[in-house]
Amino acid sequence: MPATKLSKTAARDNASQVFDLDAMSLRELNQALHKLTPGSNETAWEVLNPKGSHSVAVGVDQPVTIDVRGSVGYYCGGMNDGAAITVHGSAGPGVGENMMSGSITIKGDASQYAGATGRGGLLVIEGNASSRCGISMKGIDIVVRGNIGHMSAFMAQSGNLVVLGDAGDALGDSIYEARLFVRGKVDSLGADCIAKEMRAEHLELLQGLLDRAGVTGVKPAEFKRYGSARTLYNFNIDNADAY
Amino acid sequence: MTYRNPPTTPRKSATFDDYTLSEIRRAAATGIYDIRGAGAKRKLPHFDDLLFLGASISRYPLEGYRERCDTSVVLGSRYAKKPIELKIPITIAGMSFGSLSGPAKEALGRGATLSGTSTTTGDGGMTEEERGHSKMLVYQYLPSRYGMNPRDLRRADAIEVVVGQGAKPGGGGMLLGQKISDRVAEMRTLPKGIDQRSASRHPDWTGPDDLEIKILELREITDWEKPIYVKVGGARPYYDTALAVKSGADVVVVDGMQGGTAATQEVFIENVGQPTLACIRPAVQALQDLGMHRKVQLIVSGGIRNGADVAKALALGVDAVSIGTAALVALGDNDPRWEAEYNELGTTAGAYDDWHEGRDPAGITTQDPELMKRVDPIAAGRRLANYLKVMTLEAQTIARACGKNSLHNLEPEDLVALTIEAAAMAGVPLAGTNWIPGKNGF
Repeated sequence: MPATKLSKTAARDNASQVFDLDAMSLRELNQALHKLTPGSNETAWEVLNPKGSHSVAVGVDQPVTIDVRGSVGYYCGGMNDGAAITVHGSAGPGVGENMMSGSITIKGDASQYAGATGRGGLLVIEGNASSRCGISMKGIDIVVRGNIGHMSAFMAQSGNLVVLGDAGDALGDSIYEARLFVRGKVDSLGADCIAKEMRAEHLELLQGLLDRAGVTGVKPAEFKRYGSARTLYNFNIDNADAY
Repeated sequence: MTYRNPPTTPRKSATFDDYTLSEIRRAAATGIYDIRGAGAKRKLPHFDDLLFLGASISRYPLEGYRERCDTSVVLGSRYAKKPIELKIPITIAGMSFGSLSGPAKEALGRGATLSGTSTTTGDGGMTEEERGHSKMLVYQYLPSRYGMNPRDLRRADAIEVVVGQGAKPGGGGMLLGQKISDRVAEMRTLPKGIDQRSASRHPDWTGPDDLEIKILELREITDWEKPIYVKVGGARPYYDTALAVKSGADVVVVDGMQGGTAATQEVFIENVGQPTLACIRPAVQALQDLGMHRKVQLIVSGGIRNGADVAKALALGVDAVSIGTAALVALGDNDPRWEAEYNELGTTAGAYDDWHEGRDPAGITTQDPELMKRVDPIAAGRRLANYLKVMTLEAQTIARACGKNSLHNLEPEDLVALTIEAAAMAGVPLAGTNWIPGKNGF
């Protein structure tokens, strides 16, 4: 990789690797991130001029920090496995899709399918998330400070979705074992999703999620919990109207 | 002596035949549609309706056993840094761990590897059995994303984005609770014993423009090394092929309605999608119209049974075929040796298709620890390799007879059709005529 384009800039962020997408290609960025090995000294990365690029910092598997200065397109941080990615802007569809571990923070808003099929780690959206947030989630924790759109947590299998604002229509449709916590109003619940009792263990879990997301001044007791009624787990013709 | 009018022979309805009547009774008794495995069982225009012409005065043949007839094919040369190089143009189609037992998956890997070809994961993630025993493994990227993770993505030799399959274009899957063992449940992140629905569409993209971006992401994650296939059911083969090419696929896989499924509604399998034969020419035409024939490779599956089917598919412009049902039969599926047990299940060897119930006497479509012991992965893998070898030899025999030193040199001009339907679908003349229905205004 040409040294002229990727420079160690001691002046910024304590020797972070600055990667300017105006000067270098997306492929070069992702390949540089994939070449990182455990114990690498290049633990802090900064990406300039993303300008809505798709697939920024995908498939990273080392515990580095990546600060993206601007908004990104589709699938930023896709399949992230250990990195702490912060987007100082908004994110397009599928941010953090299939994340395994680590964290992704979106300072702005996120488009559709945020955290889709995520298996682990923490996705924090400081603005709003659009429709299908947490679709098919499989273990990821998602905290949205604003509102989420319709069909969120569709077929959500596992993990936690925390929404400080409101949720759109058909929340948790065909949900499996994921837990949903919504502080505001829910336009409607999807098939087999019901409001559930908030027990002490859930308050404790929720407090932990809020702490990890850096949310202060909000009490777990302000939320309602939603999850699966488990009536559609085994096919029954008498439930056909629910599908 | 009294006169009796001569009786008529009792006549059953062709419309309300025995199967139809039994299905009406079954539906009335249970209130549930019939779910089964395998592909379309109805009679369809197929490769049997085509014949090779062979050599004659104008074409001279190659000597069998002496003159070389190449069978190799490279898949994924469009963008991938590491294309897949197959010794034979017959691959093993995607079948899930969960639907199939661990030993059966291992056997598929062993058989494919012995034959120099690839096998494919399925809707349940990648198992160590199949990765360890498969030299070339295609990792399916499915709507459910069960078991999906970047480590396995990088361990794969190719990635197949599954949009649909021939048995159920537009449909998802269902793995019934009785097949959800602890291991299957863990791989799919779902509770044991519940019915697991596999989504019918991808959770984070819709349409060809999104697909292009999704393929970009998969390439970025895997550093542009892996060939990326796009698999579609035989719905709109011309447009689906064109859109897959537009989206950046290295390889397009088109699966006709005879292609099997682990579990889908009977009504879906038999009534949605097109026969394999009807899918090939439109898919090839799309590649030719885009100037991408042989640059983006085409794999076709659904009802491939022997070397003649392979040769016919290749003659129509396909680069490779894929087998699923036939591979399971080679492993031991529906073997008459288990007839007594098939009878106990209310069926007979050759007709058993309740693969979703997990009680397969042959030990293939099951998660029952006792039943799955019936599959010896080494012996079953050898049977699959033998079968693949026979198919290849058969295809070579035909190609040499047509004067071709490579299976891929077979061409539509080597074929005629026995029926008007097959002639129209395959775009080859009706035997004994020069008539191709739909061509030249007729």
